[in-house]
Amino acid sequence: MTVQNTKYEEALHRYNQKIAHAATEDMVLNMGPQHPSTHGVLRLELITDGEIIKEVIPHAGYLHRCFEKHAESLTYQQTIPFTDRMDYLSSMNNSHVWVMGVERMMGIDKEIPKRVEYIRVLVCELNRIASHLISIGTYGIDIGAFTPFLWCFRDREHIMGMLEWASGSRMLYNYIWIGGLFYDLPVGFEERCREFVEYFKPKMTELNELLTSNQIFISRTANVGVLPLDVAINYGCSGPMLRGSGIKWDLRRIDGYSVYPELDFDIPCGTGAVGTVGDCWDRHKVRVDEIGESLKIIEQCLDRLQKELKRTPDFDPRAKMPRKLTPKAQDYYMRGEGSKGELGFYFITDGKSEVPFRCKARGPSFNNLSVVSEISKGIMIADLIAIIGSIDFVLGELDR
Amino acid sequence: MTFTDIKQLLINKFGEEVIVGEELNGLQPALHILPERIVDVCRELRDNPQTYFDFLNCLSGVDYGLDAGRFGVVYHFTSMPYRLQLTLKVSVAHDRSTEELPEFPSVSSVYRTADWHEREAYDLVGIFFTGHPDLRRILLPDDWEGYPLRKDYKAAEYYKGIKVD
Repeated sequence: MTVQNTKYEEALHRYNQKIAHAATEDMVLNMGPQHPSTHGVLRLELITDGEIIKEVIPHAGYLHRCFEKHAESLTYQQTIPFTDRMDYLSSMNNSHVWVMGVERMMGIDKEIPKRVEYIRVLVCELNRIASHLISIGTYGIDIGAFTPFLWCFRDREHIMGMLEWASGSRMLYNYIWIGGLFYDLPVGFEERCREFVEYFKPKMTELNELLTSNQIFISRTANVGVLPLDVAINYGCSGPMLRGSGIKWDLRRIDGYSVYPELDFDIPCGTGAVGTVGDCWDRHKVRVDEIGESLKIIEQCLDRLQKELKRTPDFDPRAKMPRKLTPKAQDYYMRGEGSKGELGFYFITDGKSEVPFRCKARGPSFNNLSVVSEISKGIMIADLIAIIGSIDFVLGELDR
Repeated sequence: MTFTDIKQLLINKFGEEVIVGEELNGLQPALHILPERIVDVCRELRDNPQTYFDFLNCLSGVDYGLDAGRFGVVYHFTSMPYRLQLTLKVSVAHDRSTEELPEFPSVSSVYRTADWHEREAYDLVGIFFTGHPDLRRILLPDDWEGYPLRKDYKAAEYYKGIKVD
């Protein structure tokens, strides 16, 4: 089974020629797949002229685990653990989007109990904070600040502990199920969560003093890797990457899914406070501000969960779970705001089987990374580290 | 702008033949576009001040199965200024030979998002996009044989002389 037609090999041939040519004229430098600052197994092939980058060629796929192929052979419920492993830093957000997509296709999205919805949003926002903390911490380490990394991991540990308490595992939760939840929150979760919020707020201020307003950090990130808004949109960037370029585009507001319309929160966006709109510092700042907004959401969720949506002994989070999951034949594209940006699942169902006919996952990291070769022409190699750190991609989702 | 308005806009601009069908049964209606005109349609939808579909959310290559004998590409657009969503589809009949892949024009000159998504569709479904600047495999190794998301794909027994269990 070999491809005979040579036109399918043309691009590969052109690429090989380019590298061969660059190896004599310039220098070809491999960054990754084991480079610590590529945040996983990403390989960037750099064509450099001394310290100046002429071109960046990203090579993805080292972590490809055939998500879409698996999804075509497993039922919707069985695929939830696979979605957890896409963006493994914010598993809750992934399964939330997947589950909402299936529920809408089944037509049961209006029947989900309010308490279940609020718990989903609560754990998603906790997970978003955890993901942003990793992003901020590792970004600090990329730039040369070691302490924020330790602080971020210390605080993230509290979230991991809470989510482990609720779901039974530390990172890959499989907690949000179609039509409900794995379990109700454990007794005392709300109180512990409130304690965490109180503990965490001053820690965020400390972190900002140490990192965000640090002059060395600003010098390394301001005016570096400027991503203009039109480029960001044309490349399909989303999440903090897009908002850093100065547009208030957040699917939690735009689509208003789940109970987000009932919650009060702002959408931070890049202002170019220390440099240009859309630089690395803006993207970092958007993440920092989003943590504050997530805390606001968490507090509102806790208020509801402790008052009008209080736990009752007979509350069953699995009550609305459908016995048989066979959506009628249709196409559906579900999108939601993951911690990295727009996470989308495109389903094609045939109406007969319990597995999707085709399932395509649109990972935010995939699109966010594709812009890197555009914004890193003619910069220093050290600035490339700052750029890829600020993109905050997760290879599990890029390669799926 | 509703779905029918968009359809009418395209018919006024390009004529009746550009739309070869529509799907209204699901939650998200979709338009089937003549494959040769998809780039013009995308450019019109992006630049027209009434629509401004400036954001390509997702581009999926689809193998419609052994019985249907068709391959297609599905585009999901968002208009950021108007907060609209739109689904377009193109498809061609194909006998699933690997010597002549199904071909569609590349929209990567209109939306740069399509660059990597089309590489992915080429890589996994085996769809060739004419006019793409750099159509190499993206997730699988360059020497991979076959297209895994095709419905008739059989996993290779050996990879570079190593038995795969």
